[in-house]
Amino acid sequence: MARYLLKRVGLAIVTLFLLSVIIFFAGEVLPGNPARSILGPLAAESAVRALDHQLGVDRPLLTQYWSWITGMLHGNMGESYQYQSPVEPLLRAALANSAKLAALALIVIIPLGILGGVVAALNVGRPVDRIISLTGLSAATVPEFVSGIVVIVIFSVVLKWLPATAQAPAGSSFLTQLRYLLLPAIPLVFVLFGYIARMARAGTIEALDSDYVRTATLKGLRRQVVIWRHVLRNSLLPTITVIATQTGYLIGGLVVVETLFNYQGIGNLIYHAATAKDFPMLEAGVLTVGVIYMVATLIADVLTTLLNPRLRTGAIR
Amino acid sequence: MTEIVAMPAGAVTSEAEKRGQPVWRLLLGRPTFDVGVAILLFWIICAIFGESIAPHNPLAQQLLGTNKPPSAQHWFGTDSLGRDVLSRVITGSRSILIIAPLATLLGTVLGTALGLALGYLRGIVDTVVSRVVEAVLALPAIIIIFLFVVALGVSTLNQVLIIGFIFTPLIARTVRSAVQVEGQLDYVPAARLLGERSGRMMFVEILPNVLPTVLVEFTVRLGYAIFAVATLAFLGFGVQVSTPNWGTDISASYVLLGAGYWWETLFPALAIASLIIGINLVADSIEQVLAG
Repeated sequence: MARYLLKRVGLAIVTLFLLSVIIFFAGEVLPGNPARSILGPLAAESAVRALDHQLGVDRPLLTQYWSWITGMLHGNMGESYQYQSPVEPLLRAALANSAKLAALALIVIIPLGILGGVVAALNVGRPVDRIISLTGLSAATVPEFVSGIVVIVIFSVVLKWLPATAQAPAGSSFLTQLRYLLLPAIPLVFVLFGYIARMARAGTIEALDSDYVRTATLKGLRRQVVIWRHVLRNSLLPTITVIATQTGYLIGGLVVVETLFNYQGIGNLIYHAATAKDFPMLEAGVLTVGVIYMVATLIADVLTTLLNPRLRTGAIR
Repeated sequence: MTEIVAMPAGAVTSEAEKRGQPVWRLLLGRPTFDVGVAILLFWIICAIFGESIAPHNPLAQQLLGTNKPPSAQHWFGTDSLGRDVLSRVITGSRSILIIAPLATLLGTVLGTALGLALGYLRGIVDTVVSRVVEAVLALPAIIIIFLFVVALGVSTLNQVLIIGFIFTPLIARTVRSAVQVEGQLDYVPAARLLGERSGRMMFVEILPNVLPTVLVEFTVRLGYAIFAVATLAFLGFGVQVSTPNWGTDISASYVLLGAGYWWETLFPALAIASLIIGINLVADSIEQVLAG
């Protein structure tokens, strides 16, 4: 068990290192000279070179990578080119905003997705199952901005129930903030529903087919008891893993949703950093996304291990 | 020896063989497949003959008739430059229907080759490549895609290449596990004992047996490719020309939603949704028929 966890953490660190290298060098591949884009096309060549030197982008790549990654490890994320101020506080504020939106989406989607998957599995092969699966698949591949527009038109333009922007006025109460976040959460819910429902469905079908469920049924337990006590508990294991891996997609969705609803979150921050060629901000933002994803999958793996007695006692692995 | 080679091939096309019918007939018998194909054909026809079908010139501006709601003359209304929204929706499918299939094809070809190699050869190459793939997958695909689009510029070719390359490891991963399953069947060691070389083993013996997996992967990925192309256009990374484009049109008009001009944004959005749903219906049917 301890050995497995140690190995798992080690692998996560190796993956994060590779990720940091990819992000850093992809950032350097981006054409366009940072000093030139800050100073504008009319600035003198000497001024551009002086600013390049001041920003440190004229040093060898390996040196730049080393100072960048050691800075990151010490919580120093550099200065944003576009705002001329440290990246860290901006990133922190954006992350807090995104966390609110993501949390709301997850609170809605986890029970809904699991319910959908379990209902589909209990009716496997019947029309209900096909409808849930096809709806899930379609909702997952309809871009967030498309479903976002549909809900804006319905709830904001026609019914006028909810605001079309996500940013509540400063100092709003919790309930007002929640009201503003309701519409943006819906597209995220759409995208995630299909994945979570599909995993819950597969897990439930597998559990329904297992020997222990047959035993439980044969010893005369009522179907409801069998489902609650034996099927659900086992079918939720793979679902935990998929929820964690979906954090990646969730953040991808945030880029689009936060742009559409004009919300100051990490997706919006990364998007504006990319369009403005603000490398320090872009690299820090994308690396943060990667770290969040790795931590989420790590937690999921640990949870799965703890919940599965065979893995816990080391019978497997 | 031919008997051994023939057996697993029979196991793959299970449902088709069981009922003794060709795959295409099984597909056509499914209502979901027929509806999906009908939607796809509709948009393909619009992409090819759009200008002849459209009631107005999609580029013609009418500065006295801007932001007009749907009417008998303009069924979908007019946009902020007074252009007919219906005509722009009809002709707007073209770029997405060029970029998405080409990108998916590129990703499928490269991904299948890579997956075959990884699944068959295994060893150190497999371990190293899998690690790098996992590192890339730790990022949402859309963030990687727009990172590279910003880096390389937004031409049609660049979008095809970038989306194709991003799909490559994803498809390779699926093909790799299918190949590993095949590797455990008797015909693989049998063919190896006959002295077949690796290249022939991968492409002549194993590839035909993982083709159903590849086909399913292609149709599913096509849906995601359309998702990606549309999203890029919405984020302002579409190919910047005056030709109609659903995503670009939406990104230009969604700020007017607050003013109540919903038709300029909603109709292209519904067009994207219908195209994606059509592809999903087709993909789902193919998966059901081939996986049995």
